[in-house]
Amino acid sequence: MSTAAPAARVRDLRKTYREGDSVVHALDGVTLDLEAGRFTAVMGPSGSGKSTLMHCCAALDTPTSGSVRVGETELAGLGDDALTRLRREEIGFVFQSFNLVPTLTAEENITLPLAIAGRRPDPAWFDRVVETVGLRDRLGHRPQQLSGGQQQRVAVARALVGRPRIVFADEPTGNLDSRAGAEVLGLLRRSVDEAGQTVVMVTHDPVAAAWTDRVVLLADGRVVDTLEQPTRESVLEAMGRVAGEG
Amino acid sequence: MLRYALRSLLGRKVRLLMSTLAVVLGVAFVTGTLVFSATLDRSFSTLFDATVGDVVVEPVAGGSPRRPEAAVPQSLVEDLADLPGAARADGRIRVIGVYVVGTDGKPVGGFGPPALAGTTGDAPAANGTTGLVLVAGREPRGLGEIVVDDVTAARAGYEIGDQVPLVSAFDDATLTATMVGLYGFPGGGSMNGASFVGVEPAVAQRFFLDGADAWTTAWVTAAPGTSQAELAAQVAAVLPDGLRAVTGDEAAADAASALLRAVSFLTTFLLVFAGIALVVGAFLIVNTFSILVAQRSRELALLRALGASRRQVTGSVLVEAGVMGLVGGTVGLGLGLLTAVALQALFAALGLDLSGQALVVTWTTPAAAYAVAVLVTMTAALLPALRTTRIPPVAALRDDVALPEGSLRRRGVLGVVGVAAGAGLITLGLRPDLPGHWWWLALGVLAVLLGTTAAAPLLARPVLRALGLAYERALGTVGRLAALNTLRQPRRTAGTASALMIGLTVAGTLAIVGASAKASVDATIAETFPGDHLVSSAFGAPFSTSLAGRVAGVEGVGEVVRERLDRITWAPVSASTEEGTEEGTEEGTEEGEDLPVAATDADDADVLRLTVLDGAVDLAPGLAVVQQALADERGIAAGDTLDVVTPEGPATWRVSAVVEDNPMIFADVLVGTGTYDAAGLLQQDWLLVVLVADGADPTAVGAALSEELADQPTVTVADQHAFAAAQREPIDRIVLIVYALLALALLIAVLGIVNTLALSVVERTREIGMLRAVGLSRAGLRRMVTLESVAIAVLGALLGFVLGTVFGVVLMRALREEGLEVVAVPVGQLLAFLVAAVVVGVLAAVLPARRAARQDVLTALASE
Repeated sequence: MSTAAPAARVRDLRKTYREGDSVVHALDGVTLDLEAGRFTAVMGPSGSGKSTLMHCCAALDTPTSGSVRVGETELAGLGDDALTRLRREEIGFVFQSFNLVPTLTAEENITLPLAIAGRRPDPAWFDRVVETVGLRDRLGHRPQQLSGGQQQRVAVARALVGRPRIVFADEPTGNLDSRAGAEVLGLLRRSVDEAGQTVVMVTHDPVAAAWTDRVVLLADGRVVDTLEQPTRESVLEAMGRVAGEG
Repeated sequence: MLRYALRSLLGRKVRLLMSTLAVVLGVAFVTGTLVFSATLDRSFSTLFDATVGDVVVEPVAGGSPRRPEAAVPQSLVEDLADLPGAARADGRIRVIGVYVVGTDGKPVGGFGPPALAGTTGDAPAANGTTGLVLVAGREPRGLGEIVVDDVTAARAGYEIGDQVPLVSAFDDATLTATMVGLYGFPGGGSMNGASFVGVEPAVAQRFFLDGADAWTTAWVTAAPGTSQAELAAQVAAVLPDGLRAVTGDEAAADAASALLRAVSFLTTFLLVFAGIALVVGAFLIVNTFSILVAQRSRELALLRALGASRRQVTGSVLVEAGVMGLVGGTVGLGLGLLTAVALQALFAALGLDLSGQALVVTWTTPAAAYAVAVLVTMTAALLPALRTTRIPPVAALRDDVALPEGSLRRRGVLGVVGVAAGAGLITLGLRPDLPGHWWWLALGVLAVLLGTTAAAPLLARPVLRALGLAYERALGTVGRLAALNTLRQPRRTAGTASALMIGLTVAGTLAIVGASAKASVDATIAETFPGDHLVSSAFGAPFSTSLAGRVAGVEGVGEVVRERLDRITWAPVSASTEEGTEEGTEEGTEEGEDLPVAATDADDADVLRLTVLDGAVDLAPGLAVVQQALADERGIAAGDTLDVVTPEGPATWRVSAVVEDNPMIFADVLVGTGTYDAAGLLQQDWLLVVLVADGADPTAVGAALSEELADQPTVTVADQHAFAAAQREPIDRIVLIVYALLALALLIAVLGIVNTLALSVVERTREIGMLRAVGLSRAGLRRMVTLESVAIAVLGALLGFVLGTVFGVVLMRALREEGLEVVAVPVGQLLAFLVAAVVVGVLAAVLPARRAARQDVLTALASE
């Protein structure tokens, strides 16, 4: 267990949707610390609230009640501009479907969040990120000239280059074959190990989860289990237990 | 398949309506024009029959017979009434130049339609219609009483019993009389903007014909069973020399022709508007359908995969276009009827009251509306529809479906060919010696326009790149993203910009023509302005000779030179020295063409700044000076003779000089006052040139002149500066039309840009979500969309700017022969157009930008 202050703290987080007459509790009182410098996986069956949890932590969605604190910043009550600024400065994203801007080169895509924020990338750090993702010779290419794995590596680099407090990855390997997927997971792992980056990944793949330090299991909007130093087998077993209870 | 097409249409109705709007506007102009013309046609016969008799007897020579000898004597009128085919005959007096001064101190009426005065009476008008007769009050009796036509009285603000001030071009410049009755057309008919002041016949004879028992014209009414032509033949047989008989139908047609010209100008103008709207609309439709087909390619591929044939898929797109055309045609038809009503109101304001006539809608009007609308939309949708055939059914299963964008090379080749061919044609068109050079010019302009449109996606790249650099420098990444977005699909961007391009091309061309025309006017006036001040009629009509004496009496006035103007006719065999003999006049039946003649005192000719081309200016009796235009047209040189018919009979004048065209001489032929008076022409002045006495202050004299003539609202005093300003005024009015055109073009362009942006925003939903997720603020996103919009607008404006300037200069070159020698490029105005384009860009982006910014980040990210 890390003793450092958490990168994000979630307290009694609730998110309810109204669907016709019935009320759906996507998050039903989640309390959780996302520890700094660790690689955390959020898992759970469809509808368990794992995506909603990530969206709320990443300032993309607003909870119905409860508290999310990213670093020192309490998200509740922040307006759109403040949330935008927070995303820009504190958070990095890796999406399932890459989401690169087709008109920009790989390099421009990597530096896009910094450019939007009006910041210049730290050249040494940029070099190191590019080196890590192994795209040195592809920087001038446009997304459609890159393979899926390469595109996702560009996306990872884009998330890392601003040195955000937390990188959120939403099923980052969902659209990739297993080899390209392993490359991307390796990248995220190394960013944690070598640069102390905090990474939170939503996934339903036990193989992907096995790359992380800790797995948080959600079911019906609640944390039902956590696993330290998970393996594929322990994850499968825990998931089976959750499914059995559900 | 049909149901599918309709469903998909309903799903995008707002968007499709927007692209139809240009078509709606075009159709509205077309139908409005058609309906108005039909209505006008229907009411024309009543309108003009009421203003003529069955047979009109009038002097052969033009001009107003001021002298009793030239008029129709009462004895003749009595003889005419006794003709077997005549039911009755009425002598009438009609003169031009008596203005009713309104309660606001301004004369009623405007430019063009005459201010008539004459006799009252109840003479039946042509074809059994009722003419201008008493409709209220009573007939005038004696000197101090008049009747006024009801429209003029209403416009002037007088009631029966009021004292009405008049300004006349006759001996008494100002008069006041009691209005005792109103005249009007109870059976339909219109003064067509003219005003009428009627007095008792004896009073009219005293005022206008020196008291002779005679008339300026006579109306002969046909007895039942006698046709106009039969009666005219009977009348002609008893007429003395110098008078002729015209059937009412001919006279009505003559009277109508001037109005028809004005109307045809307006309808041509509206049809040009319609044409531009439709062409631009077609561009928008091509663009919209291209985008829709591209966006729906997965859906269309699915249809193909489910077994729809190529033809069915293409057909479904065309059906959508056809339905759009029908909707556009219907809305346009409705708007067109409103346009016709508006035109009626416009004409009523100008004095042509058609309110009694219901709108005439023949079957051709809706047929034309729907034909135009459906044809334009379906033709425009054809290319995008055909492109759907390239979608393979398997595309339904692929993730990234994009229609293959063909290479732009073909566009480039088309562009180069079009522009080169156009340049060649324009070169031919600039050679006035070639027959039909205007056609070559028009074809050339069209070819250049089409070539540029074809090549626009290629031309767009450097422009957008440059803009992108500027954006990036000024606004950073958001700017760069915006510029790159416009470069994604150069065809789409260029297609959208084309709408603006065409509008600004037309506006730019006309702006240059307008500015050049104004510069030409200024240059000509600077060259020819005589004396220090001009006293002229504000209405392009003559004024009383008594004013010259009053002007001469103003302190500081040195000399006053008058110019008079009247109309005579050429001798039936056109004048030239080669023909020599005058056998033509013996026939007496053949009419000569009208010939306006101006006159000034022989010793004052040097005040008018005439530039002699041939001979030496001499205005002694029997001599004439001819302006270049007429000399060129008729091959006249100094020493030749002119054979003319004057109210005093045939005359032969010798040409002393040919001079350069001079706008201060109001007719092609200038004679001395002696020659003019001997010809029995109208004793009214058109222009007084005032020379300030030595040592007097011209400005002070000008003010004194204005004060002296304050009671004459029909005349103005102007120095060179003011005169030039007044002359530029009609051109300014044309410039206003340019702005109307520009507004129309901008409106359509806004729709096009809104459409394209809205579609692009939808297409890029997920990308926009990502940008928001990685930290682009709402304001930043809005700015990005706005910048895209501005880039499209600026692209269109720049292309239009260049084309408009080129076309404008080319047109001015072509017009050089017409005396428009100065080419002025109103840079300020053209730049203002550019600014307007930027504003348009900003406005067009408002809705799409808001839509993009409002998009929920998560939903956007989750979208396909």
